[in-house]
Order: sequence, then structure tokens, then C-alpha cells
Amino acid sequence: MAVVTEPPRVPTRPAPTGRRQPRGLVTTFVGYAVLVFFALVFLYPFVIQIGNAFKTEPDAAANPLSPVPDPLDLTSFQRLFDGTSFPLWMGNSLLVTVLVTLGRVFLDSLAGYALARLRFRGRAGLFAAIIAVMAVPGVVLLIPKFLVLNQLGIYDSYAALIVPLLADAAGVFIMKQFFESIPVSMEEAARIDGAGVFRTFWSVVLPMARPALITLTILSFQGSWNEFPHTLVAVQDPSLFTLPRGLADLVTGSLGSGTQYPLKLGAALLATIPVAIIFVIFQRYFVRDASDGAEKG
Amino acid sequence: MAIDALAAPATSPGTAPRRRRPGLRGSENLAGWLFVAPVVVILGLFLLLPILMAFWVSLTGWNGQGSPFRSEVPFIGADNYTRLFTVDGLARQDFMTSLRNNIYYVLLVVPAQTALALFLALVVNNRMLRGKSFFRTAFYFPSVTSSVAISIVFLFMFSSSGAVNSLLAMVGLDGPQWFADSRGVLHLLLGVVGVDSPPAALADGGPGGLSWWDWLSGPSVAMVSIISLVVWTTSGTFMLMFLAALQGVPVALDEAGTLDGANRWQRFRYVTLPMIRPTMFLVLTLGLIGSWQVFDQVYVMSQGNPAKTTLTPAYLSYRTAFQDFDYGRGAAISFVLFLIIIVLTLVQRRLLAERDPSRRGWLRRRVPGRS
Repeated sequence: MAVVTEPPRVPTRPAPTGRRQPRGLVTTFVGYAVLVFFALVFLYPFVIQIGNAFKTEPDAAANPLSPVPDPLDLTSFQRLFDGTSFPLWMGNSLLVTVLVTLGRVFLDSLAGYALARLRFRGRAGLFAAIIAVMAVPGVVLLIPKFLVLNQLGIYDSYAALIVPLLADAAGVFIMKQFFESIPVSMEEAARIDGAGVFRTFWSVVLPMARPALITLTILSFQGSWNEFPHTLVAVQDPSLFTLPRGLADLVTGSLGSGTQYPLKLGAALLATIPVAIIFVIFQRYFVRDASDGAEKG
Repeated sequence: MAIDALAAPATSPGTAPRRRRPGLRGSENLAGWLFVAPVVVILGLFLLLPILMAFWVSLTGWNGQGSPFRSEVPFIGADNYTRLFTVDGLARQDFMTSLRNNIYYVLLVVPAQTALALFLALVVNNRMLRGKSFFRTAFYFPSVTSSVAISIVFLFMFSSSGAVNSLLAMVGLDGPQWFADSRGVLHLLLGVVGVDSPPAALADGGPGGLSWWDWLSGPSVAMVSIISLVVWTTSGTFMLMFLAALQGVPVALDEAGTLDGANRWQRFRYVTLPMIRPTMFLVLTLGLIGSWQVFDQVYVMSQGNPAKTTLTPAYLSYRTAFQDFDYGRGAAISFVLFLIIIVLTLVQRRLLAERDPSRRGWLRRRVPGRS
């Protein structure tokens, strides 16, 4: 398959026959065709989602591929806000996301800084433990987490939704790697001037860590906004549902008659928009994170 | 399912912090522990402790009433585990079915997402094309959206009068009722060549209480739609990894290949592929680990239906505990799944360490106990 896409390299030495061969044009054309085809494959489902959210139910069933609603219909959004708990889910999601993001950014940087710079007994072992924790798959923790929340008596509360997510091993890892990459001289100067450890961390080191903090903020925001399995085992009271949990409930539960696809698609659309906005604005931070993974590999 | 790229071990050895004056050591010791305390408490309380508690529960017949640590809760030892593997019954049948489903899922998802990711990376990396960043963004975007929200979109697309069947109708094909179709793809293929019912040799007697014929069903039509959703969402992440690797391949190497008369396929096979081998390996193993954790999509799209053909161990464990209130067996399934994933992770790390001497050094230094 790479046969069609690998470009003929333009020779570094001037070729006797001219700069670009006709074969190059064909390759370029095929390359664009492939790109556009796959861009459609990856983006058209979102177009379908947007289009069908504004359709009537018969229209969505009859013309699922068409992006244009005919007639334009807003009743599904109206029903979403009047007939379901959607606004409540949104509020819960916002609360959880903001608190979890703040918590993660602060606690992960504290721990990352200690692991990178402070010499304390057991540091190497602790770091090894954090690496090991990153390998623990989330789905096998569903029942275990429920057991602990139940035992602590906080099952079915905001605390159950928020507290277990307040720190994550991957975030600690990101911050540790970053703190190790910045020069130590500024901190030493601050320490010599008599600043304590926390003060040095707070007023000297953190301001230098802005890029890593932004990355961590974005990852935490995206992660906690989209978090689904944790909410399944943390709460069962519908008034504590977050958006993903509410959406899953909309789909699997009984919601009157019919398939109600415009309503469901509209709800999914509204749940996607915040992350989409963050993604478009801070794209390079997402991309950097994913390719960092590759460099490590 | 989002794959955590960071779960892979890092190569960066990190700059060792300079030693400070000995007078500060005592206060640093205290400060160090104070700084890590919140993370240690949260991870310990909600990660380590739960695993221990769940192991205990997996040895009991706790039904969710009261505390699992009371003396009245029946202790049944390894029964929950033997019911999954050796004792004939519904528990074993469901568990084996979920293993079968997940194996077919892995066999399709891992190669498909790896090939698609590499293909997209090669196209996007083409230096003669413009607008790279747009396409890169487009391919990556599905990876960052909510798994629940995107599952809803795919439910609609794969509904019987949905977008996929409309597309199939355009080329004159009659699409199936995706999420109501429990027929196995391999069975369907066999049906094409006239084998509609199990041959006598396969009608029963397979391992784990499932007949050979059932083991050889292939993924069901319903599972195929979940597979296509997952490949679609994960390829973008892996594409970025391949892109980063491809950008590290020196152009001069490729040009040398051209001068030597190698065609494109040969250059890809003998120049590019060996250069990106570590990334290829990372993507394959991350995919392998991630695809044993499929849960959200199953929960939203099919709940294990139709005819249990989209049941996976992760979902079965959840359902056993929270719907059948058999927490002991649910926890036991979790532990078996945990074991599968941990073995895959360890194999990955071991192979990576053998491949890369610098990483071996990193592992020896940072993770004691792993040789």
C-alpha cells in the first residue's frame, strides 16, 4: 500500500531531465485523493451527527447520510433541556471536571517535583511504584473501586465521583520528566536566598513549568470530561450523573417510544463540543503528548 | 478506547539531580514526603487497597449486602476461579464465550489499527503534499472525543436504516441488521461454500465447554461494527506515533535506496520499516494491551448482545457483579483479565528491553526487581 504513497524523492543533485517527472504529479494526485478520502472517513461521522441532530425522527431514519436537515427541527434540543436531566448532567460534569483538573495539576506537579528534585528516602522505590501503577488497566479496577468507596461510606456522592480521580500516575510522570529537563540553577539561587522548599517550588519552579502545566491541564480536562467507567461504580443516583453517564443512560434506558436518534445525537454533540473546542485551540499540546509516547517507545 | 501512550516505559534517563549540602538533607526528606503524600494517599487508597480488597472478595460469595469483610460472608476459596475454568456451567460458558469474542476482537483490531495508522502516517508524511496539519488533525480528532458520545454516533450509523446501510444500498448491497445479528463472520464465510451446520467433528468437544464450532465462529456481525468503531477512533493516536518515528528517518537513507535502484516497496520494506521498528513494536503491544480492555463501547452499544457475541471479559465482570450481584465471580473475572494484561505488559517490557540496550539500563536502574 505504501507503493502509491511514497513520493519519488526530488534528487538533491539537479537531474538532467528536469525537476519534476510526470510520475511525481500522478503520485501527488493519488496522495491527495487518499488524504481526502480518509479525511471524509474520519470527519463525515461528525457531519452526520450534526446534521441528524437537527432533523425530525422520520427524516433522520429516511436520509441518514444527508447532512442537511429537511425540515430544520429543534425539538430534540428542546426536549433534551426540558424532558431530560441534561442540564443537571452538564453541571455535574463541569463541577467534576474543574475540581479534578485543578487537583491533578496541583498534586501531580507537587509529586513530580519531589520525585525529580528532592532527595528523600524511598524516592526510587516510589517512582518504580508509580511506573507500575501506570500499567494497571482501568477496567479491572471497576469492582475494586466500588468496594473501597462502599467501605469508606462515600459511595453515591460527589466525593466518590471526584476524589479517586484527583491524582493520576501518568500526570506525575509527565511533571517529573519536565522538571528534570529544566536547569536547577534558579532553584539553587532561591534556596540560597533563604526560600523554603514549597516557596521555591511555588514561585520559582512552577512558573517555568508552564508548557507542562498546560499539557497536563488539557489532558486532565479531556480525561475527566470523558470519564465513563468510573462514574458507573461511583454513583447510582441519577442526580449525580455526569454527561457520559447520562448519555449512556439515555441510550440503554427506556426513553419513551421510537429510537429518538436526533435527541441522542444532539446530546452526544453537546457533550463533544467542549473537548472539540479545547482540541482545536490547544492542538499542539495534544499532538506533542502523543508523539512523546512514540519517542519513548 | 483511549490508549495511554505514557503507559510505555520511557527511555529518557533524566538528569540526576545534583547532590545538595548535607545540612539540607533532613528537611528535604520531610518536604519530599509531604509533596508526594497526597498522590500516595489517593493512589494507595483507590488503586492499591482496592486491588487487595477485590482479591479477598474474589475468594468469597459476597452478594453486595453489607460489608464484604463480615464473618457471615461465605468464604469459598478458589471456587469462583474454578467455576470459570473447570466446572461445567453457565459461568464457564459465559466466560469462555467472552474470551472467544475478545480474541477475535484483538485479532481484527490490532492488525487493522496498526496498518491503517502506518498507512495514514506514510501519506501525511509525504513531503510533496501540503495541508498536512489539517489532515493530521482530522485523523486524530476522533481519538480525543468521548467514547460514549462517539458510540452513540456509530449506533446511529450502524442502525438498520442508518448511514452504513444506505452506503451499501448505493452499491446494490443489502446491509445486515448490525446490532441484531449474532452470526459469526467465519460461519457466514463457511456458509458461502456450503457449510451451514457444524460438521460432526466440530459439533462438540472444544475446550472450556464450548464446541469447536462455537470457538470457530469468528466475530459476530454486531462485533464487527464495534471493531470498526474502535479502529476508527484509535488509528489517529497511533498515526501520530508513526509520524514522529517517520520524521526521524533520515531522508538521505531513502535517497540512497533510490540511487541503488530500489523501488518504492523495497525502500519501504528495507529502509523505512527497519528504522521505525521500535515504534511498530510499541504500537502493536499498546494495541494488544488496550484491546483487552474494551468496555465503554460494549456497554453503550450492545451490552454483550446479541446472543452474547459482544460479551467481553471486562463487560462480563461488570455485569456479573453489578447486575447479577455475584461480586465474588465478577472480581475473579477481573483478576483473570488483570493477569492477561499484566503478562502482555511484562512481555512487552521484556522484549523492549532486549531490543534496546539503553532501555535495559533504564529498567535496571529504575525498576528494581526486574532483571
